[in-house]
Amino acid sequence: MLTPKRDALLLLEDGSMFFGEGFGEEADSVGEVVFNTGMVGYLESMTDPSYAGQILTFTYPLIGNYGVPPYSARDGFGLPRFFESDSIKVKGVVVQESCDAPSHWASKRTLSKWMESEGVPGIQGVDTRTLVTRLREAGVMMGIIASGRDAKDRARLHELLTKASSYSSQNLASMVSVPGPVVHGGPGPRVVILDCGTKYGIVRNLLRLGFQVVRLPYDSSYSAVMKQDPAGVVVCNGPGDPQLLRNTAKCVGSLIEGEVPVLGICLGEQVIGMSQGAETFKLKYGHRGQNKPCVDLTTGRGYVTSQNHGYAIAEKTMKGTELRQWFVNADDGTIEGVFHASRPCMAVQFHPEATPGPYDTIFVFERFAEMARRGKPLRGEEIRSVKT
Amino acid sequence: MIGSGAIKIGEAGEFDYSGSQCLKALKEEGVDSVLVNPNIATIQTSSQFSDHIHFVPVTVESVTKVIEKERPDGILLGFGGQTALNCGIGLSEAGVLDRYGVKVLGTPIRGIQLTEDRDLFKKTMIGCDVPVPRSVAAYSYDEAKKATDELGFPVIIRVAYTLGGKGGGVARNLQELSQIVERGLNSSLAHQVLVEEYLGGWKQIEYEIMRDWGDNSVIICNMENMLGMRVHTGDNIVVAPSQTLTNAEYHLLRTAALRAAKTCGIVGECNIQFALHPGSETYAAIEINARLSRSSALASKATGYPLAYVAAKLALGYHLTELKNRVSGTTTALFEPSLDYLVVKMPRWDTVKFDGAARGIGTSMKSIGEVMAVGRGFEEAIQKAARMANPQQDGVVRAGRPRELSAAISSLEHPSDTIAFDLAEALRAGAREADVAAKSEVDPWFVSKYKNVVDFHSFLESQPPGAVPSKETLARAKKLGFSDRQIGDLLGMGEDRVREARVRLGVTPVTKVIDTLAAEWPSKTNYLYQTFDAAVDEAPPTSGKKVMVLGAGPYRIGSSVEFDWGTMNMAWAMKGLGYEVVVVNCNPETVSTDFDMSDRLYFEELTVERLLAIYDKEKPEGIILCVGGQTPNDLAESLEKRGVRILGTSSQSIETAEDRTKFSALLDRLGIPQPAWGSFRSPAEAATFCSRVGYPVIVRPSHVLSGSAMRVIWDPSELEVYITKAAMVNPAFPVVVSEFVEGAREVEVDAVSDGKNTVIGAIIEHVQDAGIHSGDAIMSIPTVSVGKAAKEKIRVYTRSIARELKARGPLNIQFLVRGASVYVIECNLRASRSLPYVCKATGVNLVDLVAPAIEGGSLKRTTDVEEPKRFAVKAPMFSFLQMDGADPKLGVEMRSTGEVACFGDTFAEALSQAFLATGRRIPKKGDKGIMLLEPWQRSEGVKPLLSRFRVAGIEVQELDEAALGSRMAEVLRAIASGKVSFVLSFNANTNVDSEAFHTVRRKAVDLQVQVLSTKEEAEALLLCVGP
Repeated sequence: MLTPKRDALLLLEDGSMFFGEGFGEEADSVGEVVFNTGMVGYLESMTDPSYAGQILTFTYPLIGNYGVPPYSARDGFGLPRFFESDSIKVKGVVVQESCDAPSHWASKRTLSKWMESEGVPGIQGVDTRTLVTRLREAGVMMGIIASGRDAKDRARLHELLTKASSYSSQNLASMVSVPGPVVHGGPGPRVVILDCGTKYGIVRNLLRLGFQVVRLPYDSSYSAVMKQDPAGVVVCNGPGDPQLLRNTAKCVGSLIEGEVPVLGICLGEQVIGMSQGAETFKLKYGHRGQNKPCVDLTTGRGYVTSQNHGYAIAEKTMKGTELRQWFVNADDGTIEGVFHASRPCMAVQFHPEATPGPYDTIFVFERFAEMARRGKPLRGEEIRSVKT
Repeated sequence: MIGSGAIKIGEAGEFDYSGSQCLKALKEEGVDSVLVNPNIATIQTSSQFSDHIHFVPVTVESVTKVIEKERPDGILLGFGGQTALNCGIGLSEAGVLDRYGVKVLGTPIRGIQLTEDRDLFKKTMIGCDVPVPRSVAAYSYDEAKKATDELGFPVIIRVAYTLGGKGGGVARNLQELSQIVERGLNSSLAHQVLVEEYLGGWKQIEYEIMRDWGDNSVIICNMENMLGMRVHTGDNIVVAPSQTLTNAEYHLLRTAALRAAKTCGIVGECNIQFALHPGSETYAAIEINARLSRSSALASKATGYPLAYVAAKLALGYHLTELKNRVSGTTTALFEPSLDYLVVKMPRWDTVKFDGAARGIGTSMKSIGEVMAVGRGFEEAIQKAARMANPQQDGVVRAGRPRELSAAISSLEHPSDTIAFDLAEALRAGAREADVAAKSEVDPWFVSKYKNVVDFHSFLESQPPGAVPSKETLARAKKLGFSDRQIGDLLGMGEDRVREARVRLGVTPVTKVIDTLAAEWPSKTNYLYQTFDAAVDEAPPTSGKKVMVLGAGPYRIGSSVEFDWGTMNMAWAMKGLGYEVVVVNCNPETVSTDFDMSDRLYFEELTVERLLAIYDKEKPEGIILCVGGQTPNDLAESLEKRGVRILGTSSQSIETAEDRTKFSALLDRLGIPQPAWGSFRSPAEAATFCSRVGYPVIVRPSHVLSGSAMRVIWDPSELEVYITKAAMVNPAFPVVVSEFVEGAREVEVDAVSDGKNTVIGAIIEHVQDAGIHSGDAIMSIPTVSVGKAAKEKIRVYTRSIARELKARGPLNIQFLVRGASVYVIECNLRASRSLPYVCKATGVNLVDLVAPAIEGGSLKRTTDVEEPKRFAVKAPMFSFLQMDGADPKLGVEMRSTGEVACFGDTFAEALSQAFLATGRRIPKKGDKGIMLLEPWQRSEGVKPLLSRFRVAGIEVQELDEAALGSRMAEVLRAIASGKVSFVLSFNANTNVDSEAFHTVRRKAVDLQVQVLSTKEEAEALLLCVGP
């Protein structure tokens, strides 16, 4: 009845230790430890390339309840129906309880088995609320998950952790981008995604609106993008510190200058900010969840948004640029959306594609489509009148 | 603001919570509020919540008068349940709101109609691309039959504009169809039912929506009903957040919910219910409640988000973006709570208390109350919930051997009020998880959690008796929610030894905070729960001088909102005396579990184990358990024995008052008369006693088994039946028999005492003769017929009993009065059900007076409260309609679910208001009544009464069993046609049962025709008719 457990340990940079039971792959894994407050959506989050390089803590205690469906289940666009990319992107998972007896019609295996098959370790039985409080107070930090015999040798783990390169020094976007052009969808007006690690949700929404989508490597040149004759360009989400994406920012700057309609999402917003001369900064513990309130400053309306970001545009540095605030975070006042005063360019820090999370701001794609159709910026009443 | 009136099945304390929060929000905005609510036991009807409280019926007629008098600018209809909503629609349709320029605040009338009218609802949903089940609205049986022919059996009949699914049900054949449709048409305001395809087996998922007039909208909480669509959400075991929904499903339904709310023009709060197919993403919207509801109260407690408070602000015109999250104090109200725990709501049923009531549960609600348990794992939460709702149970696994597999499985196919335990039993009996899931229509996820509990139970059972368990075993058992008592029973070592071992090994619970946002932001809240499934305690005890106040637990028959009033008033009074107040309660339908009502709130079990854990942690001056009713009162001795300091009356005194022998001796010592009684171990002894004191007598088993209770025995043959058939007497369990003083007035007193001085709050007279439970009696302050001499005796007796028992706190004593003779029948050394009624009738808050005495000081005054000039009449509310098959019969056992009290310059005036406020009709000239003449009743006996009805122009048809036999069909038709305004059936406390009479009474109940079971009630009704 008291089945033997595989002891596991989560060791943080500041020396705090959380003991638990290993699940998934029995392996060490180093990453930046972050937390997400969404109560559903582990499949989407774990395959979201923006989490590359990070160990993800779920604040909801019971994870894996509806199991894991096969990648082979496809949606109407031929993309994996239940996932945001083709593999698990997180470096590890921290939960209170990983479900061993999931129940859902689409499920084929447990969370643990899925992680095991992709070599990703997890630790359960952790007082995740205490871990979250620690991260909230001290800020996110690097950590290591170890299980089995490895968990016992703490000196070695300390060493591994100290030696590991810091999150912000790693060019993570390069690891989750595409090596060359990838095309989705049939003929139609074309949208290029500068792929810093796009979620399929963004691709789906562009396909939904009748675009053909071409994903290009994140560091593609202006001419490489223009060669695709894009009706618009999406600078998408992705992992890591935006400061490492100077080349991407340069390309985006030229696109904006050239009046190519541009939409930035999440990391994409930060890159657009940089392209216009604004600076980014790292949030203490990021915004990761599905309940984040954002207010549209052009209308005063509030929306609940899905977010996953550790960096943001610093408001002060926007002065003197042509960027204007579009959305603001109602909790802490950080910038959640910008638009360009004279060029067809808009960006949001949240995830209008949701998956996981609420679809309340999915209209951002409609506005982008309208902007791409017209080839010029929307403003004032026009922004508001786009059918959502 | 319109309140919900008396507590009934489908409308309980949740509307005291929502109304109180609403009034608080109004006050904060400087809005002068007028409250209409005859429910005198509520907290919202206290003067600190509103300056203009009207204890009048929630009917169009009486609310119109209030509007005429008060001339309000606006009216809030969303905080008083279905009753308030229906009343609002009535006011609007009658043109009253327009006439007086009263603006509906919150969801406009049109929105209410779109959600309430079944046909409009369906069209509206289809119009905004939200699927609904196939259905047809019907206004007659023929139309319903035609609809069923199209849809095919089974169909579900839903009734428009009712609460708790009242009158609806699933029809599997023509007979059930006609029965349910007839009942439904009669209980519908619009004489309309909806015949709908039955989606049994689908998941039942609810969303709570907040929306402002600027279309900002959020979901506060979603909930999953464990028993699926098969069982009404009020009777379902509900888990928040949903457990088995994927991201796609969760947000598919969320988006549909917001679209539906927008289309209906909701402003404030609403609840939407979906059916989700368990094998696909197919779904259908079932209904929207355009108001605060039971589910919204649960959502509020489950998340910490003050839904009703924010809804009131939105009704006043605020945007969500303008309001703060009151729990964090810094973040905005426009967000969706994230839970890092889960809650399980479990209903509390009292079906066993109703003669003839079916125990099955289904699409109409039968439970009286509910509990909410918080945990980090499902097993922990559901086991806690099982104990909270059923204090005699230790968890979901019942003690003893499981029944046979076939019986266990059968109880899953036909769920009853024991379903939470039946699921575990079936697994214990050897059923496969898949079979349990299939038969019960419970998702396999929940079944697997049950299996974890059952397996560990077997493991514990298999341990060698007496062996001290290992730390691992204890930790695992506690994580799975087992109580010390159950572990002790299974290991043969007793609860206390388990606790000692546990504490020694460091297996102790930690306290966690419910903060609406999963610790993402710092919060200022003191809304707490305990869990064994975490490592770090995050709420260190405060250092101030503090007391713990215990709440009442789940509402049930005999314990309702009055004890929440007591809990809160004591909390406020102790705060006033400089104490920090720690409240412990587990009932989400209360004001006392609001996050900002006490200094600290533990949403926890009222068990010795949990209270000791909290007590040891908080180290208060002591525990106050005399204001939360019988549940906390019963814990006095067990807690004191384990070193807890009880504030107020000592547990020995409580014991003396409750032990019949000791209390009787005390009365003898004080020279206070009492009815003769004795305790007997053999039938012969009992019979001898009865023939000496004379029949009738009251008998009660000293050992209360489920369903067995007090009864009046009229002759030796009944005594024999009772004693032999019920096998109630044996040497181990004696039977207590007492003289039944016939034709006596029953009088009670609520008083407070500091042991030396006693202040009498009021002497209350019952309308019915002795023999009707005080919770079911109509009563009056001041008294109507008690003489001066008797009253003086009552005061003297009260003082001497209080002094002798060294009472420190509230007390209630019940008396029989015949002429100048006064007998004492019972004394309770705690706040009684009638305490709020007494305080509000007299304007003197007795709890406030007695608070200093609780902590060892003296009463704030020493003179009795003056008898008020105006009459305050309290009347019970019954929910027989919702209890299929129950006989609407009164007696020494309580059956009402709630109460009202109304005021008047005369007794008759107050009485008629109280009658109206409990949904009765005052007959008028030309109305007809039926009198069922019991075999032992002689026609001459009731002649004078009937002729008085005749004089008032009301013809009462007298029917004995023989006469009824030949005219049954005709009588039932007359009742169905609405021509009969009341049925007299003076069968209170009788043990003879005529099936034909039962049929008539039940028909009357189903068609909402009042049944009067005592002559005094009939006379009271006549008094209201007027000369």
